[in-house]
Amino acid sequence: MLARAVASAAVIVTLAAAGGAAAQTANQPPDTMAARVEACTPCHGNQGEGTNDVYFPRLAGKPAGYLYNQLIAFKNGRRKYPPMNYLLEFLPDPYLQQMADYFADQHPALPPVAASDASKEVLQHGQSLVSRGDPQRQVPACGSCHGPALTGMEPGIPGLLGLRPNYISAQLGAWRYGTRTATAPDCMQQVAARLTEEDVTAVAAWLASRPAPVNIAPAPKGTYVLPFACGSEPD
Amino acid sequence: MRSCSPILAVWLLLFAGSSAEAQPKPGPDGHSLVARGEYLARAGDCIACHTAPEGRTFAGGRAMPTPFGTLYSSNITPDRDTGIGKWTAEDFYKAMHYGRFPDGGLMYPAMPFASYTKVTRADTEAIFAYLKSIPAVSQRNREHDLRFPYSNRQLILGWRTLYFSEGEFKPDPTKSAEWNRGAYLVEGLGHCGMCHSPINALGGTSQSEAFKGGLIPMQNWYAPSLTSNREAGLGDWSIKDITDLLQTGVSMRGVVYGPMAEVVHNSLQYLNDEDTRAMAVYLKSIAEPSPPSPASSRLPTTESSLLISLGKTVYDKHCASCHGTQGEGKPPHWPPLANNQSIEMQSAVNPIRMVLNGGYPPGTKGNPMPYGMPPFAGLLSDNEIAAVVSYIRTAWGNRGTPISAREANELRSAPLN
Ligand code: HEC
Ligand code: HEC
Ligand code: HEC
Ligand code: HEC
Ligand code: HEC
Repeated sequence: MLARAVASAAVIVTLAAAGGAAAQTANQPPDTMAARVEACTPCHGNQGEGTNDVYFPRLAGKPAGYLYNQLIAFKNGRRKYPPMNYLLEFLPDPYLQQMADYFADQHPALPPVAASDASKEVLQHGQSLVSRGDPQRQVPACGSCHGPALTGMEPGIPGLLGLRPNYISAQLGAWRYGTRTATAPDCMQQVAARLTEEDVTAVAAWLASRPAPVNIAPAPKGTYVLPFACGSEPD
Repeated sequence: MRSCSPILAVWLLLFAGSSAEAQPKPGPDGHSLVARGEYLARAGDCIACHTAPEGRTFAGGRAMPTPFGTLYSSNITPDRDTGIGKWTAEDFYKAMHYGRFPDGGLMYPAMPFASYTKVTRADTEAIFAYLKSIPAVSQRNREHDLRFPYSNRQLILGWRTLYFSEGEFKPDPTKSAEWNRGAYLVEGLGHCGMCHSPINALGGTSQSEAFKGGLIPMQNWYAPSLTSNREAGLGDWSIKDITDLLQTGVSMRGVVYGPMAEVVHNSLQYLNDEDTRAMAVYLKSIAEPSPPSPASSRLPTTESSLLISLGKTVYDKHCASCHGTQGEGKPPHWPPLANNQSIEMQSAVNPIRMVLNGGYPPGTKGNPMPYGMPPFAGLLSDNEIAAVVSYIRTAWGNRGTPISAREANELRSAPLN
């Protein structure tokens, strides 16, 4: 008897809910990518703009192909950061592509440039490596791949602006120690291997001191030719 | 655990299976035998152990940490020198059924032969036909790295006497064909008992303890009892909720995560509706009604009431947006926490790890774009973690017990893969 009473009450509630379409969906999370990436946003910001943690990178506006390559690398353990390796382990590749597309489409403003405590000499050394490289040590100019305005190129080369110096140094270090690898030929590994500690500090400091350009969108695919081949940017 | 897209891998295998280099098919029935073998290999989740991350499918080399050292799985592709290319069907049956190599040597029970012994000869032969049809990969098996005395395989004899009883599955004539099919899959190929049984110091599970739940060594996940309704016993679940959980990884009652996400991702999602239903029918039937737990907390009451009130504050701030102020969730994607067995169990390992590490249920055919939960390890202190876990274990009529900050702290270092 009691069970019947409960059951009929339930029918009434269901009918009431069916009355409004909104009530139907109210019982489900929003059918959006924003809701699906809520597991990511405490670390990367609601729009992928980054957070206060200097090691947590901005994702917004980076080329979708680049972001996808990173998600695959984390999933397969080629790039290591255990909390992310764990989250992505059982997610299908097409879904990772959608996550990449989602963050590539976000366009929050770049953070204001933080004051740098690096010396003038250090900043000059950084600027010179980024724009001219060091032909004697066979270090190519970073801009030759990352673009004259350092905004990157579709599909696989990220821009270098809006990143904090700690993050840039950590990534260059990760390439040197083998905890970050990209699809072969891993050109960034070859570049990072030629840099000294001083070079790394200098490029990180100078890049982080640059104001945002008017247009931060990555250049279209094939806008310029790379100095040597990169697996992440097939031609 | 697996790396490249499993669906792509299946296609590659099917494609390679039909290429000229493949082994000649045994008889006109060949193709369906191979296809059946592939299906059964899925049910046995061979891929989870026999493929290394970013490694070639079934080429082995996957490291398996155990309390006794590290084991490396074998190459089971048909390569003649480094795989099982020279094996006969009889050799293969001996491995699956008796846990012995062709020369009679003993296998470590990390290869779940203690469950696979229940598999019929016909099914074993189908799996063998399938394995013979996949591309051969030349990759030498890596030596196990076990501490003395465990490196001595003769010790396995002792384990076998205690925990191994050889024998194919015997149907229970008093039960339906569906029930028997479910029992066959769960006890045999599914090797569910390998995790869902208390693991004793020797790394074995005893028959009488089968499916009673246990902490998985090295991984620090608790595989709940499948027979107790206070744990993951499914006695009061509907068949639909059980099949949803097994096939898609999410359900109106709860979700899978950790090692169970791997099982659904690599194995269970590929089983057909009939087999999934059969497993559900069997699982529902083995759940025993259990007496209500004696709610005994190790924490003094004043301490736990402080914890729980802090826990409510943390919950309302960080969790309620998804799991609801009353723990009702928005199932199946944001699971309910009220009346959710998996957080009320005596062992609080799983809810603590869930809060520390967050997670996504596995992406499956039935749920290709799962919703996720953020990790809170970096956002909450040990005390806040203990507080919120204590709160969800005791709020809304849940019958769990509070936990201490030390328990939360200890799991911060649990391995993530
Ligand atoms: C616990 C914090 C945390 C969470 C949660 C997290 N990430 Fe990350 N993510 C990081 C850190 C830290 C790095 C940089 C790791 C390194 O040092 O290589 C990173 C790197 C990345 C990168 C590479 C960025 C680049 O410019 O190279 C992508 C893409 C990314 N995360 C996407 C995601 C997505 C999508 C999710 C959710 C599914 C997510 N992350 C969840 C902390 C997190
Ligand atoms: C030959 C082309 C090439 C050159 C030269 C080059 N890069 Fe890169 N860089 C790449 C590619 C490609 C990637 C993306 C790799 C991947 O997919 O992970 C990358 C990625 C990076 C990243 C990671 C960005 C992030 O968000 O995680 C940093 C930092 C970086 N490069 C810095 C530099 C610096 C500094 C220099 C100059 C010293 C430089 N690169 C020169 C091709 C190049
Ligand atoms: C839980 C992990 C695990 C699963 C699941 C598993 N295996 Fe194994 N398997 C192993 C390990 C570890 C070994 C090595 C045992 C040893 O050296 O004593 C092994 C060895 C073998 C061997 C012996 C090969 C050789 O030459 O050494 C065969 C054949 C085999 N497995 C087949 C299978 C099949 C078929 C399945 C699926 C039905 C399967 N395994 C599922 C862990 C696993
Ligand atoms: C590799 C170890 C492992 C294997 C093999 C395994 N499980 Fe699990 N299972 C777990 C762990 C750990 C949990 C707890 C996490 C969770 O609830 O998802 C779990 C949870 C469950 C739950 C409870 C889910 C819930 O929401 O309450 C069910 C039901 C279950 N397993 C059934 C099975 C069945 C059926 C099989 C065999 C086909 C199986 N498991 C094989 C480790 C395993
Ligand atoms: C953005 C939404 C979101 C937030 C915020 C969130 N969760 Fe979750 N929670 C989920 C999802 C999605 C799952 C399923 C994850 C999986 O299967 O790996 C889950 C799973 C769980 C589980 C396991 C449930 C089961 O069925 O076994 C527990 C326990 C849990 N959450 C507790 C919490 C607590 C405590 C908080 C706050 C500290 C929290 N969650 C915050 C979305 C969320």
